[in-house]
Amino acid sequence: MADHHAAPHEAHAEHKAGFWRTYWFSTDHKVIGIQYGITALAFLLFGFILMLLMRWQLASPGVEIPFLGALTPEMYNQFGAMHGTIMVFLGIVPLAVGAFGNYVVPLQIGAIDMAFPRLNMASYHFFFWGGVVMLASFFVPQGAAKAGWTSYPPLADIETMGQTMWLWGMVLLITSSLLGAINFITTIVQLRTEGMTYFRMPFFVWAQFVTAFLLLLAFPPLEAAGFLQLADRLLDTSFFLPSGLVTADGPLDVSGGGSPLLWQHLFWFLAHPEVYVLILPAMGIVAEVLANNTRKPLWGFRLMVYSLIFLGIMSFIVWAHHMFITGMGTAISAFFQVTTMIISIPSVIILSALIITLRGGSIRFTVPMLFALGFLPMFGIGGLTGLPLGLAPTDIPLHDTYYVIGHFHYVVAPGTILALFAGIYYWFPKMTGRTLNDTLGKVHFWGTIISMNCIFFPMLIQGLAGVSRRLFDGGLAYSFSEPVLEYNMFMSIAAAALFVFQVPFIVNLIMSLRKDRNVKKANYWDATTLDWSATPLTPVAHGNFETVPHVYRDPYEYSVPGSGVPFLSQDMAPQDDGPSEATIEVVA
Amino acid sequence: MAESSGTLKHYFVSSAQQFDAAKMGMWLFLVTEVLLFSGMFVAYAVYRTWYPEVFALSSELLDWRLGALNTLVLLASSFTVALAIHFIQKGDRERVVVMLLLTLLCAAVFMIVKYFEYTGKWSHGVFPGAGFAPHGDYAQYNVAYAPQFFSIYFVMTGIHGVHVLVGMGVFVWLVTRMVRGHFSPAYYTPIELSGLYWHLVDIIWIFLFPLLYLI
Repeated sequence: MADHHAAPHEAHAEHKAGFWRTYWFSTDHKVIGIQYGITALAFLLFGFILMLLMRWQLASPGVEIPFLGALTPEMYNQFGAMHGTIMVFLGIVPLAVGAFGNYVVPLQIGAIDMAFPRLNMASYHFFFWGGVVMLASFFVPQGAAKAGWTSYPPLADIETMGQTMWLWGMVLLITSSLLGAINFITTIVQLRTEGMTYFRMPFFVWAQFVTAFLLLLAFPPLEAAGFLQLADRLLDTSFFLPSGLVTADGPLDVSGGGSPLLWQHLFWFLAHPEVYVLILPAMGIVAEVLANNTRKPLWGFRLMVYSLIFLGIMSFIVWAHHMFITGMGTAISAFFQVTTMIISIPSVIILSALIITLRGGSIRFTVPMLFALGFLPMFGIGGLTGLPLGLAPTDIPLHDTYYVIGHFHYVVAPGTILALFAGIYYWFPKMTGRTLNDTLGKVHFWGTIISMNCIFFPMLIQGLAGVSRRLFDGGLAYSFSEPVLEYNMFMSIAAAALFVFQVPFIVNLIMSLRKDRNVKKANYWDATTLDWSATPLTPVAHGNFETVPHVYRDPYEYSVPGSGVPFLSQDMAPQDDGPSEATIEVVA
Repeated sequence: MAESSGTLKHYFVSSAQQFDAAKMGMWLFLVTEVLLFSGMFVAYAVYRTWYPEVFALSSELLDWRLGALNTLVLLASSFTVALAIHFIQKGDRERVVVMLLLTLLCAAVFMIVKYFEYTGKWSHGVFPGAGFAPHGDYAQYNVAYAPQFFSIYFVMTGIHGVHVLVGMGVFVWLVTRMVRGHFSPAYYTPIELSGLYWHLVDIIWIFLFPLLYLI
């Protein structure tokens, strides 16, 4: 076999490609990452606006919204179902995995591209059209899906046409995620550069690696369930429809004999691992930013990796803790309670290791660092409020209340979304060659974290008082919710404030993109990982590296005693060759 | 695998690495396929457990001879696709084309048999779900929950049939590339990967056949 190295600059043809080939049908992992990023941010904003409309209704039920009129219950249900779907499947996953995963993973492992660039392109386009189908469903007769993001039958089976659109949209999104997962696993296993052993991979790559396995193994059963629900809706089968169903229009004319619980099992078999799909890349980003800004190695790096793998495996045997009130019996409940308590251990280990990493560090309070630091307590609250939901006796009274909403929003909104912002501020100079304004970034951070807490903390209180989720009037019709009803206005004002505090972020992005490239140093953050230390001056050209880097050391060798330099990047050869160019620059 | 500059993408170090990556990607895809069908087999298991007598009775309506014929046809096609890989390794291009065409023929026979099975059911009013209304000789099979059996039957064999059709498309594509001389003993990854996919389609049928036709 010929022993030649992968050649970064062989594909000159791509450089001269036209607009469509360069920006829309690109096979370059960095362009695809940015495509994913922009699309996902747009969907996040859209999903957020849907929620703002719902919060208007909750704060002042029945009061007309300018230009839209008063919200009808049907619209409220559509917005609720689509808010969940859009935030999870079109916002956070594409941003965390599609955008950051695509852009950063090949750079961090020293690969020139993903293993299957054309599949990668196809993955983005499946995602994009899945999103288009979801959005289009608002315009079909009787509007979009109304059965919640979980699409529980029998309701979802007998819903209007929007639900069919939802299912087709999900089939496209699942296809996109599966292609992406296949690509990530193959890339990480096959395309690591010389010297990049598994335990020299940065924590972010590990997080993406485990996430890819979760997507790969969890999504196909949901796809099966989706096909069965489609059959129920289009072929009049009764996979999820029991006999003897009666609606307001009289008895349903179906063959019956099906099991609605079968859907719940197949759905949560996906959707619990999906929770970790939402959080693991966020942990990966936070780990990168913390190591870089504390100027210390991650504490317990190997322990964190083992925890990550354990978390990934365990996430497949906890799903039924979403189903304690289905009457599945105490024996099965006991099993899933135990596994749920066990899975909290690796999460706590990772969070603790991240907090211990801070100890004794000379912390640089950069904007990405602020967001990463914000993640730690927010994810802590999210995790701790989840414990009562993992035990059947405490879950039963709390099930389907606002407490659940508060809990998982703490995990994914002030948790994952803060981490994703950290990632945006951290990698923006590499992606664009431009810096972001620090002051605007800090306003964005403080405004976001404070208003998010003002939205989600009262939800926990409302939930403990017994207010159910998915109520069109926010609990107005129930006397027991009266003492906590006043929070609705407060939360809605906080939600509006959260919207206002995203303005500095958007302004920051636009202002930065309008100015000249001002990043003069390829390794802008003095980082040790290859995405910063081995790539040329930003933005990174097609082919990623001038010469493919060789890896000599562990990922986070900051402040190594006796080394004489502030940090040792992964591609820096051992002493005899002298420090690399990038390091000399720092010393000087 | 030997070096072959024309087919080596620039982001791989060697053809061997490129081949390994492609093969791994295909195996991972097959994992997702197995899990997709697993989800539906779970549905089968639930309803078989709930309605064992109904399932036993309803499966009498499926002709095991046609099912067995299709099993043989698919097994034969798995053999011919394996031979195609064998011959491309030897560089015997003519036989590769013959084997691929034989595979395509077997797949077509499978779909034709499936067509007669489906239309035979439909003509007797055997439809999935609410449309289930067997008449004539089949009237005795009109029992409660029998539609569940035929829902499973039509959806699972239907999705399997779509996989066969996709496979046929792939084999047509392979034959055209083969005729244009794209493959050689040094580079035949698409044939190998299509073979893997085809074996999976075969294996899924090997589970479907006894579960639906025989028990």
